[in-house]
Amino acid sequence: MKTTAKTTGKVTGIVANLVIVEVDGPVAQNEICYIHHGEIKLMAEVIKVVGNKAYTQVFESTRGLKPGNAVEFEGHMLQATLGPGILSSIYDGLMHDLHEMTGVFLKRGEYTRALDPERLWDFTPLAQAGDTVEAADWLGEVMENSIPHRIMVPFVFEGKYTVKSIVAAGQYKINDTIAILTGKDAKDHAVTMVQYWPVKKAIKAYREKPRPFKLLQTGVRTIDTLNPITEGGTGFIPGPFGSGKTVLQHALSKQAEADIVIVAACGERANEVVELFVEFPELEDPRTGRKLMERTTIIANTSNMPVAAREASVYTAMTLAEYYRSMGHKILLLADSTSRWAQALREMSNRMEELPGPDAFPMDLPAIISNFYSRAGFVYLKNGHTGSITFIGTVSPAGGNLKEPVTESTKKVARAFYALSQQRADSKRYPAIDPIDSYSKYLEYPEVQETLKKSVANNWVDDVMLMKNILIRGKEAAEQINILGDDGVPLDYHLAYWKSEVIDSIILQQDAFDRIDSNTPMERQRYMVDKVLKIYHTDFDFDTFEEVNPYFKRIINQLKQMNYSGFMSQEFKRFEEELENIIAERKVKS
Amino acid sequence: MSGTAFQKIYTHITHITKATCTLKATGVGNEELALVHGRLAQVVKIMGDHVTLQVFAGTEGIPSNAEVVFFNRPPVLKVSEDLAGRFFNAYGDPIDGGPAVEGEEREIGGPSVNPVRRMQPSELIATGIAGIDLNNTLVTGQKIPFFADPDQPFNQVMAMVALRAKADKIILGGMGLTNDDYLYYKNVFENAGALDRIISFVNTTEDPPVERLLVPDMALTAAEYFAVDKNEKVLVLLTDMTLYADALSIVSNRMDQIPSKDSMPGSLYSDLAKIYEKAVQFPNGGSITIIAVTTLSGGDITHAIPDNTGYITEGQLFLRRDTDIGKVIVDPFRSLSRLKQLVIGKKTRSDHPQVMNAAVRLYADAANAKTKLENGFDLTDYDQRTLKFAKEYSDKLLAIDVNIDTERMLDTAWELFARHFAQAEVGIKKEFVDKYWPSHT
Repeated sequence: MKTTAKTTGKVTGIVANLVIVEVDGPVAQNEICYIHHGEIKLMAEVIKVVGNKAYTQVFESTRGLKPGNAVEFEGHMLQATLGPGILSSIYDGLMHDLHEMTGVFLKRGEYTRALDPERLWDFTPLAQAGDTVEAADWLGEVMENSIPHRIMVPFVFEGKYTVKSIVAAGQYKINDTIAILTGKDAKDHAVTMVQYWPVKKAIKAYREKPRPFKLLQTGVRTIDTLNPITEGGTGFIPGPFGSGKTVLQHALSKQAEADIVIVAACGERANEVVELFVEFPELEDPRTGRKLMERTTIIANTSNMPVAAREASVYTAMTLAEYYRSMGHKILLLADSTSRWAQALREMSNRMEELPGPDAFPMDLPAIISNFYSRAGFVYLKNGHTGSITFIGTVSPAGGNLKEPVTESTKKVARAFYALSQQRADSKRYPAIDPIDSYSKYLEYPEVQETLKKSVANNWVDDVMLMKNILIRGKEAAEQINILGDDGVPLDYHLAYWKSEVIDSIILQQDAFDRIDSNTPMERQRYMVDKVLKIYHTDFDFDTFEEVNPYFKRIINQLKQMNYSGFMSQEFKRFEEELENIIAERKVKS
Repeated sequence: MSGTAFQKIYTHITHITKATCTLKATGVGNEELALVHGRLAQVVKIMGDHVTLQVFAGTEGIPSNAEVVFFNRPPVLKVSEDLAGRFFNAYGDPIDGGPAVEGEEREIGGPSVNPVRRMQPSELIATGIAGIDLNNTLVTGQKIPFFADPDQPFNQVMAMVALRAKADKIILGGMGLTNDDYLYYKNVFENAGALDRIISFVNTTEDPPVERLLVPDMALTAAEYFAVDKNEKVLVLLTDMTLYADALSIVSNRMDQIPSKDSMPGSLYSDLAKIYEKAVQFPNGGSITIIAVTTLSGGDITHAIPDNTGYITEGQLFLRRDTDIGKVIVDPFRSLSRLKQLVIGKKTRSDHPQVMNAAVRLYADAANAKTKLENGFDLTDYDQRTLKFAKEYSDKLLAIDVNIDTERMLDTAWELFARHFAQAEVGIKKEFVDKYWPSHT
């Protein structure tokens, strides 16, 4: 931005973490500055400029800060440090490495480096001298936890460059020069393995962003089958406390078939983050057999950490995802919870005495949310490779009421909606995703339907729609039975209800804590869907309604045992055989 | 507390509201303490040379020429072993007639624990109450509130839990306690002979409400001293957090902030999280566990205070009067301890998770049977048996006057299963049924 001497200033006002600074030179919106406080410096971001006064939000406690304290402006916005070593790290919202900090308590002003400058990486060149390159082109690669990490032409480079020289394969540190690029102006630029990017700007170094068309398997049946998420898709999970948001997000982070998973723990419980980094180094990724932590990066800005950094944390996470997408990887980005981020915006807007929007949130909240979600997506890179960011955020609606600004704003942009229902959670029907209220717009995309036909089954989409209908009819039947009593309705009502119960119990409900049931591959999901739909299409013979309940409980029990057994194992087949016998008992012979 | 010599004294206040006053002053730091007309106050806003102070005891009677002296430091607590057994007010001054405590000065409301330095909580806290130990097991380093209506005996249950839990120190943070309840706690602790491991910071209804805002930070600063410096297991009781939140809304209102849901400040979630997240298992063995009370109005948990609390804490406990047995029970449906998975069946007998789930499921069947009965439908034999089971389960296990160890709770549950049900109806894994199903009933 600026090349001249740094702007400086001094503190003139303090309200909680809003600090007003009188400046002696130019400042930019969102520019980073450091406020001196005794021995330490506190990081802050400019959020408003009025005349020679810069309003800054401090990413730390402002206790003890005094008017007159000196401030230095850095000339750049909040930026992420991009290079090998990001995977397996645990960062705070501003990308400081939490493991590098000393002591049990976080210290104000202790800012640790994001990447290890001493670590040696095995570099292999991909480009050669004489190549013409532009921003995000791959110059070489290093293996980061066995995932290829491409060293790219920095995203800030504009126009075309010629590779003047590139180092030979060998071991290098991140700050070593690995290539010299010559620009149009004949100037030489040294490129290292590290680059910086302002987190609030999207990295757009790709050729094209088509509509998502490919299923992203999560192993969670109620998502994959009923309301699928796509590679590069966006989804959100609103739900009251205790409805299983976190368990579901953890399941997604463990099971989704992504190359890389980035988790932004934004303003949530610290013990939940502890669970991730206690378990992930132990758990295996079923696809690669390697530890989950190797493909995961956690941005931990828990609820007791500085509020302003909460907002930064989701942007930092998104920037890391965009960086890896440019390398041709499939990224799953999870943010728990975006409501806390919106609350951080509300606190600041309030301190700046802006006119409030609904529920005292800032007026531009919908724009901020839609802008953020739009950074996800499936892309074709300039070199023909593909990459994707699938983004799923949780929302914590106040009082569990979905008619509140954050939920409503998110609903406008996210294409898949997973409504967690208190009622399902209360009756221990987990995951508590309501099958009727939830939706996935992707199911309506012709290109998604096309790939589902090819990859799952020809009549798959029709089957899914049929199941949704059966569930709706089952719910209606249950309501009638409740009002009129068991013997007050025709027998068909009981059948409609129990046939939907089969789908609910076998396809929707899933034991997140069982080794086998927790993760169902698509092939297996298809098999079980065929199975339950066959039962749906079967005509059964009953004399009285009293026979229906125990009979279907037996069917459900057999199917459940199948869910708990290894797919196509001896055990599985035995339960299946018993199931067929039970079905034959009452099947109407045609 | 008082200022030291050679401090500048200001005598010109420009603005006075019910909770704050503003004056011209220089060299003042944010969140610094001051004495305004002899009353303790804290800097909440600085605009140029205009400093706004929040006066904890209220501004009644403060004249515009009152003396204002700044302390040059934020609120502190003097910590040492001598805190044990003492009662203090919200400022950390003794109210038990004893001498002031000497010790190292610690700023209250200090920094947060680095999340990567936390240990996963794994140590069970036994309370003897089956509604807690069996169904909603508590773990050290956990934070959990009672969601209770004001007429429920939550203070009694908290005192009981505190005394039975094998904690090294129990720290009571009382906010807006009635004088009666304060004396109740004092008596219970004295009678139990437990005073030497109890520290109390109390703001009663007689004290100004804004003073309450200091109580959790005082209690937790003392807790951190014992948990970090002395590696002790500390249990912190905070009652009543609803009154704390009310005090927050009073201050934000006086400072002309725009209220969000239920007239609460927009920062309510962060304000509460800062307190509750002090619950932690430290790597050195020390821990801070927080049990709080959030009173509800008419059982409404969608109000901003319980709602935000629910998103922060690791579960919640509900009390309910069971009219069938005439006793208060821990409600097995609405109560939840999120951390119980870390200990049940691991630190307790291996049949614990299955027994717990089976009993709650049968209790739910009983609730359905009751609804059927009320709606005038006929009951089946199974329905009848669930109702009998539910009554005994409520009386022998859920009631808060039960005091037995976990093993005895599990055995009791098995006895009840065998008395009312067939093995298949209970639906527990066969290996446990073979081992624990009573041979005689």
